[in-house]
Amino acid sequence: HDPATMSVFCEVPQAAPVAVFKLSQDFNNDQFPKKVNLGVGAYRTDECQPWVLPVVKKVEKIIVHDDRLNHEYLPILGLPEFRSSASKIALGDDSPAIQENRVGAVQCLGGTGALKMGAEFLRRFYNGNNNTKTPVYVSAPTWENHNAVFANAGFEDIRSYKYWDAEKRGLDFAGFLGDLESCPEHSIFVLHACAHNPTGTDPTHEQWKQIAETMMKRNLFVFFDSAYQGFASGSLDKDAWAVRYFVSMDFEMLCAQSFSKNFGLYNERVGNLTVVARDADNLKRILSQMEMIVRTTWSNPPSQGARIVAITLNSPELFTDWKDNVKTMADRVLLMRAQLKAKLQALGTPGTWDHITEQIGMFSFTGLNPKQVEYMVKERHVYLMTSGRINMCGLTTKNIDYVAESIHEAVTKVQ
Amino acid sequence: MSIVFHVIHITIHLTWCFCSSWWGGVQMGPPDPILGVSEAYKRDTNPKKMNLGVGAYRDDQGKPFVLSCVRKAEAVITAKQMDKEYLAIGGLGEFTKSCAQLALGNDNEVLKSGRNITVQTISGTGSLRIGANFLSRFHGPRDVYLPKPSWGNHTPIFRDAGMQLKAYRYYDPSTCGFDFKGALDDISKIPEQSVIMLHACAHNPTGVDPRPEQWKEISDIVKKRNLLVFFDMAYQGFASGDIDRDAWAVRYFIEQGHNILLSQSFAKNMGLYGERVGGFTVVCNDAEEAKRVESQLKILIRPIYSNPPMNGARIAATILNTPDLRSLWLEEVHGMANRIIKMREELVAGLKKEGSTHNWQHVTDQIGMFCFTGLKPEQVERLTKEFSVYMTKDGRISMAGVTSGNVGYLANGIHAVTK
Repeated sequence: HDPATMSVFCEVPQAAPVAVFKLSQDFNNDQFPKKVNLGVGAYRTDECQPWVLPVVKKVEKIIVHDDRLNHEYLPILGLPEFRSSASKIALGDDSPAIQENRVGAVQCLGGTGALKMGAEFLRRFYNGNNNTKTPVYVSAPTWENHNAVFANAGFEDIRSYKYWDAEKRGLDFAGFLGDLESCPEHSIFVLHACAHNPTGTDPTHEQWKQIAETMMKRNLFVFFDSAYQGFASGSLDKDAWAVRYFVSMDFEMLCAQSFSKNFGLYNERVGNLTVVARDADNLKRILSQMEMIVRTTWSNPPSQGARIVAITLNSPELFTDWKDNVKTMADRVLLMRAQLKAKLQALGTPGTWDHITEQIGMFSFTGLNPKQVEYMVKERHVYLMTSGRINMCGLTTKNIDYVAESIHEAVTKVQ
Repeated sequence: MSIVFHVIHITIHLTWCFCSSWWGGVQMGPPDPILGVSEAYKRDTNPKKMNLGVGAYRDDQGKPFVLSCVRKAEAVITAKQMDKEYLAIGGLGEFTKSCAQLALGNDNEVLKSGRNITVQTISGTGSLRIGANFLSRFHGPRDVYLPKPSWGNHTPIFRDAGMQLKAYRYYDPSTCGFDFKGALDDISKIPEQSVIMLHACAHNPTGVDPRPEQWKEISDIVKKRNLLVFFDMAYQGFASGDIDRDAWAVRYFIEQGHNILLSQSFAKNMGLYGERVGGFTVVCNDAEEAKRVESQLKILIRPIYSNPPMNGARIAATILNTPDLRSLWLEEVHGMANRIIKMREELVAGLKKEGSTHNWQHVTDQIGMFCFTGLKPEQVERLTKEFSVYMTKDGRISMAGVTSGNVGYLANGIHAVTK
């Protein structure tokens, strides 16, 4: 090729890899036979295998054999049956807000896509037009992509609200409330609906009530991230309590839903941005603007995953199957939590380990410090995030002893 | 006492409920011009109505067409019972590799030296958007030059990414053909290092493509002006029926030393519209540069949708990498292109038969799904009102909506409003 053409991209710097994916890569390259991957957030069976939900297999067969189905474009906002049934899952079948015709939705590419659409909409229309200075608060710590989603949508001021108390290994509720009381009015708050990622620590109902009261008083915007509904406790309704409570308190709000984990549809990118508006007229205008944002980002969403979810949610039999599958996953995680705690206690590992069973969902913030984590990875070939976060799904009845021993060693040998 | 309490309580509650919404100032977004056409078509009760707005292929019965190679690929995939684990940010490796090979040709030096990075994207739109974001971040502030006219969504995509749009002459309404002189003239004045968008084949919306010797001159002037070339290839195989012929301009430019950006869509040529299958390629100086660019593309993708959807990419990869499915695909693509070409011929023949004295050569000269008829807005309006033929105001029709069953009716209508 013509060397006279100076590349326009010769100045492009190498970007750092995304930590959680690098961890998986390192795990994959490791030859140690007893290696354990407690990194990426995906469900694993007790054989440490990915699990395609039986109901999903069933529905895929239905789809493949239905000659009436084709691959035509979905509407810009997505498959209507998916959007409405997905919102019902979050808000409840009997949600007054739905009955009042003030709930709408945008089918998006996974939870990330839903957060992205919400963020783009808020940046354009919330607190004025294009007010990029509106503070966005994410929990300390939070899912590492939250920051980038809002920053890339144009928000210039992304802050953290107190959340995890490392010392007591629990929720810093006073700190959280303090931030709600002192933050600028109209700030946007990203709240984890349940199974907080990465800490697994959720507010109690009483605490949620106080959070809601304060947010209402201070005119703060509610943006729920719901990636684990059903997966946390095993009950869809229990896991949606906070979201539904806020709706009942008349908040106008957004809720980004992911069906990656609770449907095991990770790579089909199935998400839903539920919009709860003041009334139907507001909703109509909001959705029309959402269409414009969708059109310049991906035009219309992918069909396959949404179809699977819609068919499942709209058939009583399949819906029951799905709830069973979800409970299977949640129960296995609960079992691993109970066993890990029991083993650590039996080993006499220093410290208290109650947080392992008090925390909920896929992740646990073990409390291991970076040095101890390094020990786990390098010496024991147990891969976890530097933050001390482990994915409970990576634990199995076969490796749990090894992991417990590894934690014991890390805690006793490394300070 | 309790009644008073209740009245106060209700009043407070009502006041609270009717407090202003965050969204009071949000305007109703403008209706999508193309979707609006489909909506109006749906409402029309005329049994002879025709929808020529839709940019999706239809068979000769006017029905959506699911390619056999797609159904076969789906069966193969289902039998494999694969898991649904997240794809890498850049997508399915077998897909991105074969996607690049399809565009560039298997033996392309670019592929051999590994100096391209190709990522899986959310069809053509997603690809253009990633490209726009990448340019905005690493090649800003520079303007993007679109042909006049271009696909309606190009402008808002680049604008949203923070880039300014300008245009170069392209379509000549007096000939319903390519304004070659105008294009060269305008391109020769584009500021250095600007981005120039070129439609690889089957220009949307006009169906007017440069001839090879014209592409050569365009390449020369673009090189002289040191412009960054961004190809949009949404119709490879669908235009002429031949995938190599349709990729000729893309390959020629690379040969000539342009390090291009390229967007590919598999919506039309594989009929995978709703599965959102596309690719974005950056041709770099060398493999090292490609690695750096790749790392930055991942940083752009992650906060938008994390990683792309599997289903469509798996289907496309299976087709491209399985010899008999690939042959079947090439046949079917050829079939779709041929049906369109046939409809063009029949429309012209029909117009002649109706007694039209206008020159309709452009209908068969133009290529791909769309035809810029040359009809004026008032004529389009009459065609819609009197004949229930739905199309966009610019006179563009989707040939995909024309069938052997309705082409005569269409000719009759067009003649009626243009005689």
